[in-house]
Amino acid sequence: MQNTPASTTPKVKLNKAPGKNPNKKSRKWKSLKYSYPLLLMFFPVFVYYLVFRYIPLIGAFIISIKKYQPALGLIGSKWVGFEYFQQFLNSVFFWRLIRNTLAINFFQLLLGFTAPIILALLLNELGSSKFKRLVQSVTYLPNFISSVVVVGIVVVFLSPTTGLVNSVISRLGMEKVNFLTEPSYFWLIYTFMVIWQTTGYNAIIYLASLTGISPELYEASNIDGAGRWKQLWHITLPGISPTIVILLLIRLGNLLEVGYESIILLYNPSVYSTADVISTYVYRRGILNGDYSFASAVGFFQSVIALILIIAANKLAKKYTDTSLW
Amino acid sequence: MKTIKEKKSRILFQCINYTILIVCMIVALYPVLYVLAASLSSYAFLAQGKVGIIPMGFNLEAYKRVLAYPMIGRSYMNTIFYTASGTLISLLMSILGAYPLSRRYFPGKNFLTKLVVIAMLFSAGMIPTFLVVRELGMYNTVWAILLPTAVSSFNLIILKTFFEQIPYEMEESAALDGCNHLQTLFIIILPLAIPGLVTVGLFYAVYQWNSYFPAMIYLRDRELVPIQIVLRDIVIQNQTTDLAVDLVNGADQVSESIKYATIMVATIPIMLVYPFVQKYFIKGVMIGSVKG
Repeated sequence: MQNTPASTTPKVKLNKAPGKNPNKKSRKWKSLKYSYPLLLMFFPVFVYYLVFRYIPLIGAFIISIKKYQPALGLIGSKWVGFEYFQQFLNSVFFWRLIRNTLAINFFQLLLGFTAPIILALLLNELGSSKFKRLVQSVTYLPNFISSVVVVGIVVVFLSPTTGLVNSVISRLGMEKVNFLTEPSYFWLIYTFMVIWQTTGYNAIIYLASLTGISPELYEASNIDGAGRWKQLWHITLPGISPTIVILLLIRLGNLLEVGYESIILLYNPSVYSTADVISTYVYRRGILNGDYSFASAVGFFQSVIALILIIAANKLAKKYTDTSLW
Repeated sequence: MKTIKEKKSRILFQCINYTILIVCMIVALYPVLYVLAASLSSYAFLAQGKVGIIPMGFNLEAYKRVLAYPMIGRSYMNTIFYTASGTLISLLMSILGAYPLSRRYFPGKNFLTKLVVIAMLFSAGMIPTFLVVRELGMYNTVWAILLPTAVSSFNLIILKTFFEQIPYEMEESAALDGCNHLQTLFIIILPLAIPGLVTVGLFYAVYQWNSYFPAMIYLRDRELVPIQIVLRDIVIQNQTTDLAVDLVNGADQVSESIKYATIMVATIPIMLVYPFVQKYFIKGVMIGSVKG
């Protein structure tokens, strides 16, 4: 469907852009001649963003203040105002979802956010060696394994009958644990899974910014007699702090999202009490139950909170560091 | 004096550093190697937890079962189709988006760049996107897999950076020779941006190969599902009965190795390609992170 504008674009341009009379015509006409094909070229991408990104973004709000019924269409459906928002705020699930979403994020910030920084700093100490590149590629590998496989590996590792972890536990003389049906383990399991998957990837981002620090700074501090630790505190960390701030801001923007794609694979009804987050709830209510309006209201609520968070965080970042997203 | 002491502590530090990094590598690789070993091991050893990274009681029974299961072949072909055509569509769209944004003079450049970046920060909700796809009549068609995720802002920005690195003079001289934009793009820019195209193409390809969520919510027809969905059914939802039912040893015994073998079958292509292409991935992330 989207290919049609893309494939008609070339023909139009081949006929219409002569590019022979450069200086004669007025500047404005020239720039229009120049930019018109570019605009045409961008058009399919514009349509894509409009249809699949921005219409759903705005549509979310409209659906959530109506009682959307597919048979009636969006226009024919009844207005209900903020009924669904109220319903969500008053529901028994509200605080549980908020708590789980925040808790999972807390663990990920605490462990998942610091691990790649440490890995990058350690890698940076190696200078540029083959070993460094080897570690980089090996730790990056898990990022390319699909979430189905990663969750699958977790499931088979933790399996109460044949899983590796439980066979170690039973050999140590302890009782086997069914980790995946025990709510108290979910946050930790999920956090370690994400760390395994993303640390190598994120470390590369920090390494890129580490290589941007001028070597002269280190040389100068060597002459001044600064030790390694002092250099770390006064040169290296300040050098990558813009990257840290930016990644933290992006992280905050997606705070309420969490990796619902893997949570949906990993959880089961017996651990909903700790594993159910806003996005997974939206999935169950919206996609599985067809409560489109209610689920959209929950999703929209989440987006608004995310927006507030990211704007506030950006303000703080601007005030206390020199870095910000805009 | 001080330098000797410093040198000593430096050596000590590097020893610890190497140890930590080797441990990191083991942690990253071990689960994959274990799954590989387990998929080749017999159930007796698996049940006793004796399998490490070397297969015990080597046998290919699990693979035979998996490969004989018709859904695997069917969904494998689907995944290959989605990966190939999805990557093509995504690359084409990203080129069309990145080229204008990378030009020096382009009206609305700032606005359109913002349009792309904001979409990266805020994802549209799951439900409204689902409804849009359904309203467009794409539900339960291959288009639902190929189009809604066709453009990734992150990849578009990477490609734009690659285009920007090509000297402006190239475009200028091409224009003097009478090239229009499309000719400039295809004859001058794209051949010079091949590393960028490979990087972004690989990102899209890996995404399509690994993706399961769109297939789960948009596809009802079992004939259309990619391998990841079948993998989920077998490994996570434990639907191994179809595969193991007529085995003498009983279903339960092979089903564990079948899970491992299915994981390997779905992951082997990535493992085989990864060593040769990882430098592009690393470069891509570095560029994307510096710009984004």
